[in-house]
Amino acid sequence: MINLQRKESQVREGRLGSITGYCGTLHDLGKRTGCGGLAGKERCFSQASLCNAACALGVLSFITDAAIVHHAPTGCAVTAMQVANAKDQLAATIKLDNSKSCYVCTDMNESDTVFGATDNLRDVVRETRRRYQPNSIFIGASCVSGVIGEDLASVARELTHELGIPVAPVHCEGFRTKIWASGFDAAFHAILSAVVKPPIKKSNVVNVINFFGSARREITAMFARLDVEPLFVISNTTTEQLSRLSESVATLSTCGTLGTYLGHGLQQTYGVPYVRSLQPHGIAGFEEWLRGLGQVLGKQAQVEDILSKERKKYWPQIERLQSKLKGLRAVVGMGPGFNFNTARALQELGIEIVHAAAWHFDKQYDDGHIPAAFEYLLSHSPNDFGLSVSDLQNHELVNLLATEKPDVFFSRHVGSTVWAMKLGIPALCLYDEYAIFGYRGLYNFAQSILDVVTNRSLTDNLKKRVKLPYTEWWLEQRPNHFAVQGNSKVG
Amino acid sequence: MQTVQGIHRGVPVLHAGPGCAAKLAIGIAGSNGDSGYISPHVYPCSNVSETETVFGGESKLEETLSNALKVIDGDIFVVLTGCTAELVGDDIANVVRNLKDAAKPVVFVATPGFKGNNLEGHEWVVNAIIEQYLVPKPRGSVQKGLVNIWGPVPSYDPFWIGNIRELENLTIDLGLEPNMIFGEQRGIANVDRVPNAELNLLLSPWLGLSTVKLLEERFGTPFLHIPAYPIGAQETSKFLREVGQHLGVDSRKLNPLIERHETEYYYHIERTSDVFLENRTMSRRFSTVTNAADALAISRFLVNDFGLVPATQYITDATPIAHQQSVARYFRQFEYGIEAEVQFSTDGYKIHEDIRSADYFGPPLIIGSIFEKKLAEELSGNFLAVSVPFKERLVLSSSYVGYRGGLRLLEDIYTYVLRKFN
Repeated sequence: MINLQRKESQVREGRLGSITGYCGTLHDLGKRTGCGGLAGKERCFSQASLCNAACALGVLSFITDAAIVHHAPTGCAVTAMQVANAKDQLAATIKLDNSKSCYVCTDMNESDTVFGATDNLRDVVRETRRRYQPNSIFIGASCVSGVIGEDLASVARELTHELGIPVAPVHCEGFRTKIWASGFDAAFHAILSAVVKPPIKKSNVVNVINFFGSARREITAMFARLDVEPLFVISNTTTEQLSRLSESVATLSTCGTLGTYLGHGLQQTYGVPYVRSLQPHGIAGFEEWLRGLGQVLGKQAQVEDILSKERKKYWPQIERLQSKLKGLRAVVGMGPGFNFNTARALQELGIEIVHAAAWHFDKQYDDGHIPAAFEYLLSHSPNDFGLSVSDLQNHELVNLLATEKPDVFFSRHVGSTVWAMKLGIPALCLYDEYAIFGYRGLYNFAQSILDVVTNRSLTDNLKKRVKLPYTEWWLEQRPNHFAVQGNSKVG
Repeated sequence: MQTVQGIHRGVPVLHAGPGCAAKLAIGIAGSNGDSGYISPHVYPCSNVSETETVFGGESKLEETLSNALKVIDGDIFVVLTGCTAELVGDDIANVVRNLKDAAKPVVFVATPGFKGNNLEGHEWVVNAIIEQYLVPKPRGSVQKGLVNIWGPVPSYDPFWIGNIRELENLTIDLGLEPNMIFGEQRGIANVDRVPNAELNLLLSPWLGLSTVKLLEERFGTPFLHIPAYPIGAQETSKFLREVGQHLGVDSRKLNPLIERHETEYYYHIERTSDVFLENRTMSRRFSTVTNAADALAISRFLVNDFGLVPATQYITDATPIAHQQSVARYFRQFEYGIEAEVQFSTDGYKIHEDIRSADYFGPPLIIGSIFEKKLAEELSGNFLAVSVPFKERLVLSSSYVGYRGGLRLLEDIYTYVLRKFN
């Protein structure tokens, strides 16, 4: 249950029973999830992964007219350099004026760690408002602000009153959670508790929770046939649009991991139905996603019409590729949301999943139910494939790929694709969240897979020229060699 | 972190939160790639969590480090601490001391973000490797003609690899043997040779001064401090003369070398002069908004070689106050008595306001980072990003150093100029 009265979202370990260490199989994990006996493993050797702050403040910085004030030492605010100029490029692509958007930092120094720096934080927030005139301000926490116990909530409350715009703390201290997706929850908690207002009237808008919205044109056209308009959140939205999320007729998400907090939060608080379905990757996902929306809108017939047209147009072409892809063995290494949805889409193409490495695993979403994409695999997967929860641990991934030797590897995270290729395994990165969207996406995907397994030149050439940074000893161990019993954490 | 990765087969071991590595790498390297023999997700990291912030993280670091030595095939392991470990007060020295019999050298450096920025961190890491790894080692005798070169900062300088190569090439041209510790296939063998050099050559206005002084103190190696890496014919010829004369290179060798390079350089300048001189969208005035090293090197080139006049130069690298005066002085020493005003500031908003209110007597040329792109567009000026955040350009082995580097910089500036017409 999402509690918006709290000053911060609970981290996933405590709220959803999420874990970052497991090694077994699909059905074994399913069994443990069902009977409640799932305890994550810790590691006595680990590599750098990602943090919730980068996720939280990364997504928030794509709001068209919001400011991020990162209460952190300057290095932590390097996210400002990461999002510059992607947010400008995106705004230019869809012709939005994002001149009020900015990312600033309080530049905490050594004396701040001793004496605290909330006075400086107040000044920076005020000056940010004066300079850029943003319509909302998000105060990002950091490890330093967390350890020294800065009271961001009080500062935000005072300044909301003083400046007359939402000023919200974002509790994304990096040490609070091992699951960076908790950062999405922290960001959405800030939006739900400080920006979204109670509905005045119902609109015909459907909230589509996604990252950057590359399929905006197709989805807008498709939704027009259902007499609704998509609002892609939260990139490229204004504070004002976000304040009216409660008026929307439904919420959909392209990623279960990303969408759970906002989707369920809007449903629990304002009764906006959150379509709890597979995500729209491949055929089953796309159909269930759109049918779920059709049901909420009472537009089942129109949805069936869209689906049959898409099917007619693309299915014969997908079928032609299927025969060429059948029998390929694949490993998927992604977060759990995309991972299980991608695995399903691959199975639709006749590709065998030999292993899924999920960076974390959510035992349930915020409605208390097991994630739909995982449940679907439990009942539909033709084989009980290997499944690990591995926190983006590169040593585990390389070890696993070297052992399994799949025909192809699928990735989604920065810096993970090339490691398969160094082992001579062709790899395809699904950076775009709409890369396997529906029939057309699956067709593109199938053709891309065929392309990467056909032309192996870069993979083969790279493999010949590089040496792995791992010792032979490590490659002879089992991938979960360093797993140790975890302390159960409550968030 | 990126300084350690810049040493081939060097391995940073982080005692920090889970996100520090990836965040810094993506933010700094940006579109220029941060992978290689290792990459940020290969760095061993204690991934400090709530438990360690409460109970301390020394044991977590100890197991991370001792297992890292078994798992990662590296030549030198450098433990770096993040903010949390420092706030909690973990005794890193003690953890590393317990591993002093490790098969590979282990060095440690306190690098919390609240104590300094990435440039200072770079210097701390290099100095720690000298103090903890090189000083205790037996050293061979000084090798005549061997020159350590210091200056380019890995990853933070988008052109670091290319610049290093070009500086090496210029040194080789002089008949000397360059030694740089960063870049492919250099690695620990080059680190080991550092104490044997005849000279430490520093090409940077302030960063690295403590390193060459430390090397002088520890190994007695003299240093030559040239405050900017050379770009274009004038500066590069000056550089070759200065280094050559310093190390006694015969002028009968030096002069024909410079002559050959300058002939080639001015062939290109001459044949492209119409483009440079006859266009509607380029004025004479420019500003740089970047770190001190790039600002000085580029200003010297544009003023002393290419005939432009400097407006205010904005230095954004948080140059330590102790160095600001000497850095500002370099900007008052251009040819023809030309001087440039310098502002040290990390406040991008104020810098942009200042540029907006300045008169460039035509379209300004603004050389900085991607943060200046929109500003240049707003002012109908010309723009080139040379420093981080870099973005929208890919640099593999290109360099702005030397004769070729000057031509390359002109190519890049005029590629932008040629996109416009008024």
